[in-house]
Amino acid sequence: MTENLESYPLSLEGDGIPMVRFQNVTKRYGALVVLNQLDLDVSAGEMVTIIGPSGSGKTTVLRMLMTLETIDDGVIYVEGEPLTHMERNGGLVPANSSHLRRIRSKIGMCFQHFNLFPHMTALGNCMEGPVQVLGLPRKEAEERSLELLDMVGMIDKRDQHPSRLSGGQQQRVAIARALAMRPKVMLFDEVTSALDPEVISEVTGVIKHLVDTHNLTMLMVTHQMGFAKEISDRVCFFFDGAIEEQGTPTKLFENPERERTQQFLNAVLHAN
Amino acid sequence: MEWRWDWVWDLAPRFVDATGKTLIAAGGGYTIAIILGLVFVLAQRTPLLPVTLVVREFVELIRSTPLLLQIFFVYYVGPQFGLTLSPWTAGLIAIGVHYGAYLSEVYRGGIESVPKGQWEAAKAINLPIVTTYRRIVIPQALPPAVAGMGNYLVGIFKDTPMLSVIGVAELMHTATAVGAESYRYLEPYTMVGAIFLAVSLPSAFAINVFERWVRRTLGMTK
Amino acid sequence: MTYIEFLDVYGGRLIDGTIVTIYQFFLATFVAVAAALAFGLMRLSQNLMLRAVAVAYIEFFRGTSLLVQLFWIFFVLPLFGITLDKFTAGFLAVGLNMGAYGAELVRGAVLAVPKGQWEAALALNMAPHNRMRRIILPQAFVIMLPPWGNLIIEILKGTALVALIAVADLMFEVRQINITTFLSAESFGTAIVIYYVIARFFVTPGMRGLERLMNRRIGKA
Repeated sequence: MTENLESYPLSLEGDGIPMVRFQNVTKRYGALVVLNQLDLDVSAGEMVTIIGPSGSGKTTVLRMLMTLETIDDGVIYVEGEPLTHMERNGGLVPANSSHLRRIRSKIGMCFQHFNLFPHMTALGNCMEGPVQVLGLPRKEAEERSLELLDMVGMIDKRDQHPSRLSGGQQQRVAIARALAMRPKVMLFDEVTSALDPEVISEVTGVIKHLVDTHNLTMLMVTHQMGFAKEISDRVCFFFDGAIEEQGTPTKLFENPERERTQQFLNAVLHAN
Repeated sequence: MEWRWDWVWDLAPRFVDATGKTLIAAGGGYTIAIILGLVFVLAQRTPLLPVTLVVREFVELIRSTPLLLQIFFVYYVGPQFGLTLSPWTAGLIAIGVHYGAYLSEVYRGGIESVPKGQWEAAKAINLPIVTTYRRIVIPQALPPAVAGMGNYLVGIFKDTPMLSVIGVAELMHTATAVGAESYRYLEPYTMVGAIFLAVSLPSAFAINVFERWVRRTLGMTK
Repeated sequence: MTYIEFLDVYGGRLIDGTIVTIYQFFLATFVAVAAALAFGLMRLSQNLMLRAVAVAYIEFFRGTSLLVQLFWIFFVLPLFGITLDKFTAGFLAVGLNMGAYGAELVRGAVLAVPKGQWEAALALNMAPHNRMRRIILPQAFVIMLPPWGNLIIEILKGTALVALIAVADLMFEVRQINITTFLSAESFGTAIVIYYVIARFFVTPGMRGLERLMNRRIGKA
């Protein structure tokens, strides 16, 4: 439970408020501190990549923003509104489920293991949210889904079940499924880690296309350093539950200031 | 001791009738069990810890004590408190509760077999909890549960002879009555065995086919 | 009659019945384990005859009711010159019935031992029976212990049916007490509690303990 809730603003005001703000966010599993007093702002339309060794808390950042994990301290804001909390009688209290559902609708997520619904076709996966959550007529949901499946190059496989699709194809459907909800923020959690090397570019290509053509805010956790360098506006290096160093890809990859960043980059770049 | 076919034919109508009653008892008990099982499993998934614990322990109690004893209990305890149940009612309640406890475990296994990622993906597209159960979890929990549900359907059928002890006139009861009338047990008890085999072997096969069909229909070929 | 008085008067018979139930339970378990091992392995044999016998046994005992089998063994077998006393007929029927389910557990567990283990044993040029005894069965044993835990509870419950051929077990005693006293809640209720205590506080923890022991033995956990 967040302490000193009165010290957090009820909402963020003014020009240039961040799309996402983590303010003093801490996450623990028992005695283990996964994230320690994280402060992180992501601007609208920004592509932020999170890198770091395993166990550094990078995936937890995304999972907290998707409300798949609760937080132990701090407040997360989306578009200036608190996500994890809500206003009640002039103060902040932990969010109830309807508040969570309202704010959560601004966020979409793709998972390492795709998590497509196995009993639905590719098209069915994409239409599920628009029909069941947004209440769109089936026709409209289908049009929207087909458009997105076309964009990710999966229109031919619209009637296939996930078990018939390769990992790269499944992940592309998963991206379309998330986009069909028209989120403002997209989260990519190690979306290429479970893929065979030869299909990784199918997925990174789609993400690159998104960056080039849409004004989505994106947060990505990845082990693909080359890809991170190519498409990010900003790269954050996480170590031990905190941001050790952040900056533009050029700065972080070519002139890292911190020793741990250098060690990490040396290790991963030379391993490949 | 010689097998007497002529007598078997004489007995046939009574056994056909009794087979019908056995199937009705099994079907009725199973219907109760299917619904009760759902109640038991959902009660164990509520956020109310005392409810969860009490139902959990009740299911354990039912599963670890003999059905025969439960049948006697339901049939005889009522009258002691002024509530008289017919053999059929008592029998169906006992067998329905007993198998409801088993089915709740089958349902639970099915629900637990749905990967955590499915719940997370449902949350990521903001599906409400009821919709998540209805559209995502239950369709996936069903195929692994079908085999267990089918096995217990055959199981309930094979346990109906226990209802004979409180006078439900199913197969076993009929066979015992015939045996007592004529002092011949070879044919009646063998016929009961044969009828059970004739029903349960094809059923087991049919359930197998049905399970595969469910998997295929849902596109979850493994 | 208060419940204390009830226990005072009938406690002795309840204990006698419970002892008979426990005897029946142990003997039936012994029969079931032996039958399960024998027929489960026969079911996996290369020999068609052995396999056919195993399939016939398994399908027959799983396809018909325990009660039917019990009555058949007790009332019909004597007509063929095989007369068993009721006590023997009781645990034999329960054991043979449950053994058929157990045989399927044995078969499933042997098949669940990873293929690499068979291949490694073959690569060491082990004789087939050695391979089974030294490599496969110990691993299969650990795999099948959890489902055997459930089956053994079923054996305990199954022994209640022997009351119907007048073996004086717990079920039989409470039924007799009920007939003479009409104290149904007391008699049947007490028996339910006794079965439950045996299952929940003796059999299940015992099986768990055995699982832990075997896991340690085989070097897991």
